[in-house]
Amino acid sequence: MAETQIFHDSQSDLSHKTKWLSKRIVIYGILIFWTIICLFPIYWTITTSFKIAPDVMRGNMIPWWDYTPKWLGWKSLGMSPATIGLESTVREEFVKRIVNSAYAALGSSSLALVLGSFAAYGLSRFNYKFGFMRNPDISFFFLSQLILPPVVLALPFLVLYKELDLLDTHIGLILLYALTVLPIVIWIMRDQFAAIPVEVEEAALVDGLSVWGSFFTIVLPIALPGLVAAFILSLVLTWNEYFFAALLTSTEAKTLPVMVASQTGSQGINWWSMAALSGAAIFPLVVIGIVLERYIIKGMASGAGK
Amino acid sequence: MNSQADLLHVVTSDHITPRRAAFGRFLVWGSAGLFLAIVLVQTLFEYEKTSFGFDNWRPVLYAYILWAICLCASQVIIRGEQGKRALFVLPAVLFVVSMVVFPLLFGLSISFSDWNLASLDGRKFNGLDNVRQMWADPFYWNALKNMVYYTLAIIVEYAIAFGLALILNSEIRAQKFFRVAFLMPLMLSPVAVSWMVGKSMLEVRFGPLARLARWLGWENPSFFGSAEIARSTIMIMDAWTFIPFMMIMILAGLQAIPKEVKEAAIVDGASPWQAFWQVTFPLMLPISITAILIRIIFKLKLADIIINVTSGGPGGATDSVTSFIFREYRDRSNVGYGTLLAMVYLVLIVIAITIFMKLVDRWMNPRY
Repeated sequence: MAETQIFHDSQSDLSHKTKWLSKRIVIYGILIFWTIICLFPIYWTITTSFKIAPDVMRGNMIPWWDYTPKWLGWKSLGMSPATIGLESTVREEFVKRIVNSAYAALGSSSLALVLGSFAAYGLSRFNYKFGFMRNPDISFFFLSQLILPPVVLALPFLVLYKELDLLDTHIGLILLYALTVLPIVIWIMRDQFAAIPVEVEEAALVDGLSVWGSFFTIVLPIALPGLVAAFILSLVLTWNEYFFAALLTSTEAKTLPVMVASQTGSQGINWWSMAALSGAAIFPLVVIGIVLERYIIKGMASGAGK
Repeated sequence: MNSQADLLHVVTSDHITPRRAAFGRFLVWGSAGLFLAIVLVQTLFEYEKTSFGFDNWRPVLYAYILWAICLCASQVIIRGEQGKRALFVLPAVLFVVSMVVFPLLFGLSISFSDWNLASLDGRKFNGLDNVRQMWADPFYWNALKNMVYYTLAIIVEYAIAFGLALILNSEIRAQKFFRVAFLMPLMLSPVAVSWMVGKSMLEVRFGPLARLARWLGWENPSFFGSAEIARSTIMIMDAWTFIPFMMIMILAGLQAIPKEVKEAAIVDGASPWQAFWQVTFPLMLPISITAILIRIIFKLKLADIIINVTSGGPGGATDSVTSFIFREYRDRSNVGYGTLLAMVYLVLIVIAITIFMKLVDRWMNPRY
């Protein structure tokens, strides 16, 4: 039994609907377009690592559709299923560089986090006077390190490290990297500590904890998300650092970006192995980016607060 | 609020005996004396005045660390509770001072010398020769000019980042997916990007972007052929990695704007265009300026992509100051000249950023 429709959408309502629809289409169009821009290089690298020469030259893009994936690129890295059990000097080299990068990134981020969160807490709670410098001056002193371009420090450090026998060592890189991320850590953590009400600590002090005791047992646990955010952000920056590593390391402490740069610079059209190398090099951070996206955004957003 | 008082006020009844204070002072001066003694011994050894000495300067570093630890400990010993507070900031200050101020002074001293690390001659003081050489070095001025272009590109990056942040902030589905996708370029190391994009996707014969360009009607696409195109390509690659950074800062700012403000504007009859320019944009100004400032700071360090993709070519058209100095050192290993260039760059940066901040301050807080 068909009912007659009583209410009709008037012409103006319908036009509103098409307008809304077209707006949606434009918005999602832009979103998808930008997603392709962001993700295509990653897709390209991963698919290229499974190609062989003719596929590269023909410009095939979609696996199983216009070319058959081959393990050639990963074989040259010693990481294909066939070669994973065998010995491979390239893979050993690669793993060594990854370990070096991990040392440098984790070590420097931890050092910067310890120094930076102490300083940020002190600056957000107490008044200092070092000579003419008061709290705002000290904060500015720390943050102004961000302006310092690496190239200014690079050559003096090259000479100093040579004298100190710190060239090509993990500890040398860790110290320098910690310096570069310290301002960022202080910036983020100052924001975090400022958001914690002082009453929390006052209660702890009344209950008999010392200043340091209340800092470790009360304040730090509250500020933990901020700590994680600062840590992840410095991890990303130090893991990807190339300039200092290229100048200050050679055989022992060489990090992953330096290895990638030296490999990709030398060879011609051997794309599959370079794609495999680049893919393996970006893999850890892609995973971190997907899993810990929340913290990275939190870290950068807290920078926007001030 | 009284700005002199500590935010966290603690009343303490420290009783420091004179002996305790004396012990603290002894600790500092003793370790400082040890440090100076080792420096003296090593300097004499270096100039071959004594036969006793160490292979390298490492022991001096250890003595310095010992002194730093003693200084921190003595703060607590001498000043009690007040010292415990100083202990929060002191390690970071010591770290930064020893890692920045000392190398900078050292760098200043080597920048006025002719010092080739590859030759055995060692260091020769040469006065203002390096300055004269810099003055006549067209490539350095060219690199500085390029930095101005690169920095100006930030305006476009900012516009794109703002647009993306606005879209992400509107009511869309799968917001988290798009956020992660948009964040991705920031996670990738510039070195990997320079191969992934610069060397393979932009490759003239087989790169997908070159194919796309040909399909769009560009006969012989070459992304690093002429100076202007090469520079723009570098700009685009750098923008690709750093737009997410600005986007997220702006997005955080957008999310902090209360909904009522925008609703009030709409109730008052503002069109979306007006609502944006007269409400959202002014509210976003402080964050925008922070984001742009940080972006400028990062842009001034731009080097990795240039070193790995074009190494400054063609003819220095894409050189940034950092990549130029890097090559200057790699090719001629002249530490003195390179350091002078870097120092001049630092001075220029500090001046430029100070002017920028002053202008912004004048603009944001006009004095009538």
